[in-house]
Amino acid sequence: MEQTKSLFDFLIQNRAEVLALTTQHLVLVFVATGAAAVAGIPLGILLTRKPALSKPVLAMAGVLQTIPSLALFGFLIPILGSYGIGALPAIIALFLYSLLPIIRNTFTGIVGVDPSVREAARGMGMTGRQMLLQVELPLATSVIIAGVRVATVISIGTATIAAAIGAGGLGMYIFRGLRMFDTTLMLAGAVPAALMALAADFFLGRIENRLAPGKSRPLARPLKLGLAASAVALLAAGVIYSFGSRSGEVIIASKDFTEQVILGEMIAQVIEANSDVKVGRKFELAGDIPHRDLLAGKIDAYVEYTGTAFTAILKHRPVTDPREVYDQVKREYAEAFDLEWLEPLGFNNTFAILVRGDDARRLNLETISDVAKHSPRMRAGFGQDFMSREDGYPGFARTYNLRFAEPPREMDLSLTYRALANGQVDLIAGNSTDGLIDKLGLVQLRDDRHYFPPYEAAAIVRRETLARYPQITSAINSLAGKLTDEEMRKLNYAVDGEHRDAKDVVREFLERAGK
Amino acid sequence: MESEISEPKSDREPVIEFRDVSLRIDGSRPLVSDLNFDVNRGETLVLLGRSGSGKTTTLKLINRLLDATGGEVIVEGKAASAWDPIRLRRRIGYVIQETGLFPHFTVERNVALVPSLEGWLPSRTRERVEELMRLVGLDPETFAGRYPRELSGGQRQRVGVARALAGDPPIILMDEPFGALDPLTRAELQREFAALSARLHKTIVFVTHDIREAFALASRIGLFQGGRLVELAGPREFAASEHPEARAFIQTLEAPDARRDESTG
Repeated sequence: MEQTKSLFDFLIQNRAEVLALTTQHLVLVFVATGAAAVAGIPLGILLTRKPALSKPVLAMAGVLQTIPSLALFGFLIPILGSYGIGALPAIIALFLYSLLPIIRNTFTGIVGVDPSVREAARGMGMTGRQMLLQVELPLATSVIIAGVRVATVISIGTATIAAAIGAGGLGMYIFRGLRMFDTTLMLAGAVPAALMALAADFFLGRIENRLAPGKSRPLARPLKLGLAASAVALLAAGVIYSFGSRSGEVIIASKDFTEQVILGEMIAQVIEANSDVKVGRKFELAGDIPHRDLLAGKIDAYVEYTGTAFTAILKHRPVTDPREVYDQVKREYAEAFDLEWLEPLGFNNTFAILVRGDDARRLNLETISDVAKHSPRMRAGFGQDFMSREDGYPGFARTYNLRFAEPPREMDLSLTYRALANGQVDLIAGNSTDGLIDKLGLVQLRDDRHYFPPYEAAAIVRRETLARYPQITSAINSLAGKLTDEEMRKLNYAVDGEHRDAKDVVREFLERAGK
Repeated sequence: MESEISEPKSDREPVIEFRDVSLRIDGSRPLVSDLNFDVNRGETLVLLGRSGSGKTTTLKLINRLLDATGGEVIVEGKAASAWDPIRLRRRIGYVIQETGLFPHFTVERNVALVPSLEGWLPSRTRERVEELMRLVGLDPETFAGRYPRELSGGQRQRVGVARALAGDPPIILMDEPFGALDPLTRAELQREFAALSARLHKTIVFVTHDIREAFALASRIGLFQGGRLVELAGPREFAASEHPEARAFIQTLEAPDARRDESTG
């Protein structure tokens, strides 16, 4: 009961975001299944003309369906290169999943037409084309629509996974909820997605029934309704997206997670407070889109992490000295990209080695070195990322001479927090600014041997923009050093854990900090 | 001989000719072979035989639903293989046992199929549909807007006949059109159809395995056995035929009691 009420409250309070995510979700599904219908129906028709092809083609489409969606997204990332993240791979994956039911139903729908009807049609002197358009397709339509219906329902479900690769949609709530162990948040994604699936199923089911052979005025009502609904959805999508497009003189962007939205909002608010420059916001961009948009001049600034710029963009091997990393990215960004790194904001968003608070007190743990002698009695759990990356587990264990009771368990990062809190593991590598650290009473151990490279946050701005609006530099630099790790955790928790609006959270912080 | 020249439309003018026709699919046993016969203008030739004797195959060779692998079928003086199959079929009405009515078309649109394919004006098509529906005994007011599933078996077959006649084709092919009907309805339709064909002067090839139906409708009866035409004669001569297969069929007529005994016990 309480769950229902809090879900309802959440949906009401965040209705703008819920609507935006729902629309995004619908657009993904609509484009993908639409494209699958455009490709799959003709392909299904072709198979009825060349029956020898039908087995291999249907088998191939079937194999595509068995690929788990996360794996399929994974395959698409290298294939699509710089477009491997965001809506495109999501649409391609949903398209591929939608093909099988549409092709198969088109094929079986046409092949299933009563042979006597087919014989009569031929005997009356219908051409192949007349037979297809006047007899076979009309009689197969309800079966074809049933295929589209199945594809749509599958797509609505699968599209929730698309949030993992930055395509947005209702999956954002589900992933965010998993990360925060917030059931309400998970339901806020799952329930609307399920309702959407039910609605699509019902609606397309109605159309399917109307189109069953021998019904009069088959298309009229449901189709008109469907078109109207789609038009409204697309219009809404257009309006929502246009809010995110270039509308101010200086555009501040962010990546697609909470901390980035807070930081983007903070940069935007200090500029607005300290100058008369108009500010536009373009938040929640996936992957390296902010970097590419910055180079392309579509945005003017966003907050980047030194370690990310150093290894992922400049392709250097990790270095542990924060000063050295900052100086080098600042120099190389200026030379290579004509971009300026402003002063670091203060916190370091790096891997945080976390233990439960009671363990820390009982065993007197402060640094990672303190853990070494206890490690044979401890179990560790790490995200896939930490297990595999250059600055991850193997070097970490070597540096601190750690030998755990059993090989570390590899699991999704968001689940490691839960596993630690529930006592299933004793040590995890989390995120140093994660709001959950305080909420779950976890303790971060100091990286006393400086193993982890620095990920200091700082704003990057186009030099061209700074030349035109010099007052921006001082405005942003007024934040320098103000955001400690602890402060950042609080802000993240206020938004993720307490579901408060990032705008309000930032405004209060700036007031408190005396800006 | 004289009469043939002075009356070119007499019943001796061949409209369909079979010349040494055979059909063999992929080297298996031929479905039909050594077919040599004519169908004359205005006659009703009934092809009689057991299931699988080759009569339906023979019918489909006429409208090119099948193509002969040997010999030649000639329709209206021109080899079937030289006809554009679409043009040929629109000159030949076709009625089948399962009716093959389009379930998503109303009765009116079903009957209007060939006229609409031929691009007739809507007013002319509508007139033709009404005329034909009356001809086959269906009131247009009542039935034009109905769908096939809303009709009885007999009504459906009437629509099938009307559809075959709609384009006013000179030739009609009928493949056991009344075979799936109950005996009373079947007899009723046979009677009406006999009267209808006498009025319309169409050349009709009619397939059946029911010798009563053959006698009721035929100008001539062609008997099929094992893919060959084994007897071809007018009803009276056929009744006197010495061919064993013909005798077997005729016996079912002469000994109705024996047949009933056979079927019940």
